[in-house]
Amino acid sequence: MADEHGRKWDRCLADTAVKTVTGISVGIVLSVLFFKRRTWPVSLGSGMGLGMGYSNCQHDFRSPYLLHGNMVKDQ
Amino acid sequence: AQYSLSPCYVSLALYKCLYGRAHPTNLQHHRHYTSGESSGAAKVVAVGLVTLGSSIGGTVLYAKWDPKFRTAVEKNIPYSDWLLGMALGPNPYSPVTAHKKQVSKFITPKYPTTPPDLTTNPLSRIASLEESLASSAKTTLQAIGAQEAALQAIGSHTHKLKEAMEAEVPPDQKSAQWRDLETALAERRSTVNDAGAALLKARDALDSLRSVIDKAKESKVAAVQPLVLAAEENLHSMVVDLDQAVTKVQSAESEAKIVSQYTELVNEAKRQFQKELSSLTPEIQANWKGLTGKLSADDLNALIAHAHRRIDQLNRELAEQRVREQVHIEAALEQQKLEDQKALDKAVHTATQHSKEEARLEQERKLSELREVMEAEMRTQLRRQAAAHTDHLRDILKVQEQELRSEAEQVLNSKMLEQETHYRQLTQEQLDNFTLDMNAAYARLKGMEEAIDSHVIAEEEARKAHQLWLSVEALSYTLKTAGSDLPTKPLESAVQAIQDSCCNNEFALALASALPEESLRRGVYSEASLRSRFNSLRSMVRRVALIDESHNSLYQYFLSYLQAALLFEEKQAMPPTQLTNEDLDPFKLLSYASYCLEHEDLELAAKFVNQLRGEARRVVQDWLTEARLTLETRQVVTLLSAYANAVGLGTTQAP
Repeated sequence: MADEHGRKWDRCLADTAVKTVTGISVGIVLSVLFFKRRTWPVSLGSGMGLGMGYSNCQHDFRSPYLLHGNMVKDQ
Repeated sequence: AQYSLSPCYVSLALYKCLYGRAHPTNLQHHRHYTSGESSGAAKVVAVGLVTLGSSIGGTVLYAKWDPKFRTAVEKNIPYSDWLLGMALGPNPYSPVTAHKKQVSKFITPKYPTTPPDLTTNPLSRIASLEESLASSAKTTLQAIGAQEAALQAIGSHTHKLKEAMEAEVPPDQKSAQWRDLETALAERRSTVNDAGAALLKARDALDSLRSVIDKAKESKVAAVQPLVLAAEENLHSMVVDLDQAVTKVQSAESEAKIVSQYTELVNEAKRQFQKELSSLTPEIQANWKGLTGKLSADDLNALIAHAHRRIDQLNRELAEQRVREQVHIEAALEQQKLEDQKALDKAVHTATQHSKEEARLEQERKLSELREVMEAEMRTQLRRQAAAHTDHLRDILKVQEQELRSEAEQVLNSKMLEQETHYRQLTQEQLDNFTLDMNAAYARLKGMEEAIDSHVIAEEEARKAHQLWLSVEALSYTLKTAGSDLPTKPLESAVQAIQDSCCNNEFALALASALPEESLRRGVYSEASLRSRFNSLRSMVRRVALIDESHNSLYQYFLSYLQAALLFEEKQAMPPTQLTNEDLDPFKLLSYASYCLEHEDLELAAKFVNQLRGEARRVVQDWLTEARLTLETRQVVTLLSAYANAVGLGTTQAP
């Protein structure tokens, strides 16, 4: 069970890295394409990537604690 | 004094006792006696003699009173029997005389009378009678034969004599005749002597026979009488024959006498003639019968003359004789008469005797016949009577038989009944006993069977327990097969074995089924592996110590990581007996758990680990389950083994 933590971390980091890179790359692309090579899409993208990754990571780490409820309609 | 005469001392003591010192004079007296050397020897001798005499007298008196003692004394002491015999007379109880008396008593009654007296023995009487009869008959026959022989001899002699006298045979045969005559005479003499001897013998035998017959007549046995009678008749006939023979002999002898007289006369005449002849003719000496041609005429003439003369003389004598004849004849007749009378008397006497004897014998015969008839008659009468008696007896016996039979039958019946009842009783008893025995045996058998069964059951139980124990041991062994990081072998097979071995043991079954599935399928981890795992888990737990449901952002993660990096706790801390709130800090819990693990208390460690909350708990969840699994399994196995041990202990029988 302890491996899962490690796995989670692995996943998390990998995912974050991917997202970040993806963000950066999208930023770069966008910056190149649309925003005249400004750095702000890259940082935006990287930030968005990081954030997404971080959020994913957090969510991944939280996932055991999340409660899912179901609405039971009276019928 | 050395002559320590005990009687003296005794009497001394006695005196002292009785009189004390009141009579010193007596003591002095005694002392004087004891001190006297010269009278000591005499005293010894006197005392010795007195002792001897008293002992002998005492022995004699006691022997007189007790004969057994006397015999004992006589046996043991030599010459005592002589002394005692002199003193008391012979020993009435001595074993020798008793023996002799016994012997004499034994001997004398056997032969109370002298053996030769056979008056009471008819068979011997008869035997003697017969024997004497036979002997007398023999002798009589012998006598008769001798008499006859004598008769014959006499007859022959007489005849020969007559022949010799009268017959005119030539002279040369005369000598032969005379020789014959002489031999005949000699024979006659011998036979007559023999006859006389035989006669004597016969008469003796007859006398003895008569005596025997007389003796036999005295016996009262009836069977002897006819024999006696027959013997008497035989005797009589023998006597008669003997007498007849004797008379014959006597007559022959008388005849022979006459003839001999005649011959004597003739011989005398012849001799006379011879003398005259010899006187006349002295030359001729020889037998004149033998002469034939030797005589001359003169001689012949002389002879004839002499002969004539002789004839004349003889004629004269004859005439004279004729004259005297009557007288002679009368005298002779008288003599003859007398003799005849005598003979007659004798004959009559013998005849009367014979007739008397015959009559007596006849009488006796008749008597015996009559007696026989009478006896036969009596016998028939007696037989009749006996027949009547037997008939009567038969009737009575029949009646008695009936009575006795009925009685006996009754008795028999009663006895039979008794016996039957007794028998029935016995059989019943026997049956009862048998049934009892059988029941007892059956019960025992049953008991034994039950015991055996229970034993078998017990054995079975023991076997089962053993098996259970073995399987439990196998199970616990499988627990040990855990590698360092590998779980044990799956416990399934072992559990299966347990389940097989205790198929009807609910407790064990329950326990066996209480094992968690994971352990069955996958096996459990060993404590060591858990421990090592925990050590690796510990850092993780430290890192996520702050994370729980509410605090689970990444920032918290960062903080918790920071805390883990900065916070140092004891590696192992001994857990307190009671937990407080402060102790629920993960780090403390970890150190407690670690301490417990180090001290091989997985349970407590698990308990402590169980107190972790939040993410830490999630992180150790696996470990916890594993630990729980292991603990469970171990618990179950321990229980099982304890149970198996208990069962085994219960079933094993103390030797």
